[in-house]
Amino acid sequence: MTDIADAYSKIVQKRFLFIFLFLVLSSLLSFVNLIIGPIKLSPFEILQSLISPREDTTSIVVWEYRLPWTLMAVLVGGALGLAGLQMQTILNNPLASPYTLGISSGAGFGAALAYVLGIYVIAVPSEFIVPINAFVFSFLTCMLILTIGKIRGFTSETLILGGIAISFMFQSLLALLQYYASEEALQAIVFWLFGSLTKASLLKAQIVAVVLIAVTILLLFRSWKITALRLGEEKAKSLGVDVESLRVEILLYVSILTSVAICFVGVIGFVGLVAPHIARILLGEDQRFLIVGSILCGGLILSAGAVASKTIVPGAIFPIGIITSMLGIPFFLFLVLKGRREIW
Amino acid sequence: MVVVELKEVKFGYNSSDEILKGISFRANPGEITAIVGPNGAGKSTLLKIIAKILKPKSGIVLFDGKNLSKEETTKIVSYLPQENSIPGILTVFEAVLLGRLPHLSWRVKKEDLKIVRNTITELRLEKYAERYTSQLSGGEKQMVLIAQALVREPKVLLLDEPVSNLDMRNQLEILELIKKFTKERKISTIVVLHDLNLAAKYADKIVIISNGKVRACGDAKSVLRPEVLAEVYEVEVNISSSDGNIHVLPLRPLSRSFCSEVC
Repeated sequence: MTDIADAYSKIVQKRFLFIFLFLVLSSLLSFVNLIIGPIKLSPFEILQSLISPREDTTSIVVWEYRLPWTLMAVLVGGALGLAGLQMQTILNNPLASPYTLGISSGAGFGAALAYVLGIYVIAVPSEFIVPINAFVFSFLTCMLILTIGKIRGFTSETLILGGIAISFMFQSLLALLQYYASEEALQAIVFWLFGSLTKASLLKAQIVAVVLIAVTILLLFRSWKITALRLGEEKAKSLGVDVESLRVEILLYVSILTSVAICFVGVIGFVGLVAPHIARILLGEDQRFLIVGSILCGGLILSAGAVASKTIVPGAIFPIGIITSMLGIPFFLFLVLKGRREIW
Repeated sequence: MVVVELKEVKFGYNSSDEILKGISFRANPGEITAIVGPNGAGKSTLLKIIAKILKPKSGIVLFDGKNLSKEETTKIVSYLPQENSIPGILTVFEAVLLGRLPHLSWRVKKEDLKIVRNTITELRLEKYAERYTSQLSGGEKQMVLIAQALVREPKVLLLDEPVSNLDMRNQLEILELIKKFTKERKISTIVVLHDLNLAAKYADKIVIISNGKVRACGDAKSVLRPEVLAEVYEVEVNISSSDGNIHVLPLRPLSRSFCSEVC
């Protein structure tokens, strides 16, 4: 019989290989994302303008449109994948996603406030009014949840029920705004709620990247403790994990991450729910790998969605939020139905 | 070797209601101390207090005469709760490895891998090592959880009803194993049990808890007496002994009025 410790090391190696494959796939898909667009550019032209940007149309198209779009797809997808994974872990619920606690409803309401009433919370350049409003309200939602948790204890039941209540509250407020909105404002809200990468910019991508990297590092340092959370609250406590403060900490990271991700692109569903599950099926529950895997998987799904949104209707950009679900669900169902392994 | 000593431990979830009304006993290294008593007597609560998951209202838990902090307690105590969940997508090896959480860093050390391997081998779980825990039977899962508790090389082992959902063979196998490790490694093992016959067979000391107090404490022979069990469980029992073991046969529940007379 082979040594079981060696067998474990082999499993670990296999996981590194999966992560490497994810990385390769992500890079390939990102490159496809750079190539596809209304203006035909060859891979060589794109590479050339990436390496040495000039003042020509190609460089403008690549640097102003294609690159921000491509980076935003990878980064927002990654952020949603990671946020979904951590929500599922701290709520101990496979159905949790970054939006379970009503963050998307808060963000939607914040965005609608800007569109309908022109109300904004901080004076910023016009490009950032809607994102900042969305961010502030989604973050406010998280603070409300944390307050509920503080009063009633940070159990998964309290957090989920509190989240549902807050979610409905913001949804009805949003409906109220929609009722009074002008036709143009209503259209803008609906389009925002679909989720779209069209307003991507390099600055926005940089902001998402900084937050994503910071949160990833902070979570990786706690990866064993987060894995132990899955053993149940009491067991984790007996292993020396301060369960309550770990939950609050993760909730705070996830809130910032989700808020930053969706404030620029709107509500993109499905990625945050499914990316962690696909990563879990391939990499297991060990968060050292699952954290990185969920990010890469989320990035892959959204990148694929971004490619599809540019190709489905020629000459137009289909809302990516619709695509991710249509594209991802069959694949996810295939994994659930065909796989022999447990997925939770 | 660590002696566990409880002195006048009191606990209540709210200020008016006391579940534990002053519990004192001692658990020695190399011995199994069984805590028995009716449902709701506070047995599980007591284990959580020893594991420092709950804080007593008053009283103290001493380890070798010292009042340890939560972190210090975590290092020497291994606690197996009654409600246990292992995520189905964790392999047996990983589940056991998680038991070494306080020692784990991003890169798993060779020493940790060795200890996990040895524990798995000792518990004869090698053939399951690469399997997912969702693919195991109830008995095998419990073995994994015991491996997870032992892999921390504890000085004190706290087990909350470790055999309650298992068949006879698994019950005996697991308790034999706990007995073996307790003796060999000189662990102070405190185990909550419902089955008095198993407590009589495996425990060196039995502590009967009733109404938040220690009703009796000592070896099986001195503790498991009909009048004590009638008072604590409100059940008429027949006690016999063979092969040096005490056997408890429950006969019938006693009416409440009889109990109040006896008590």
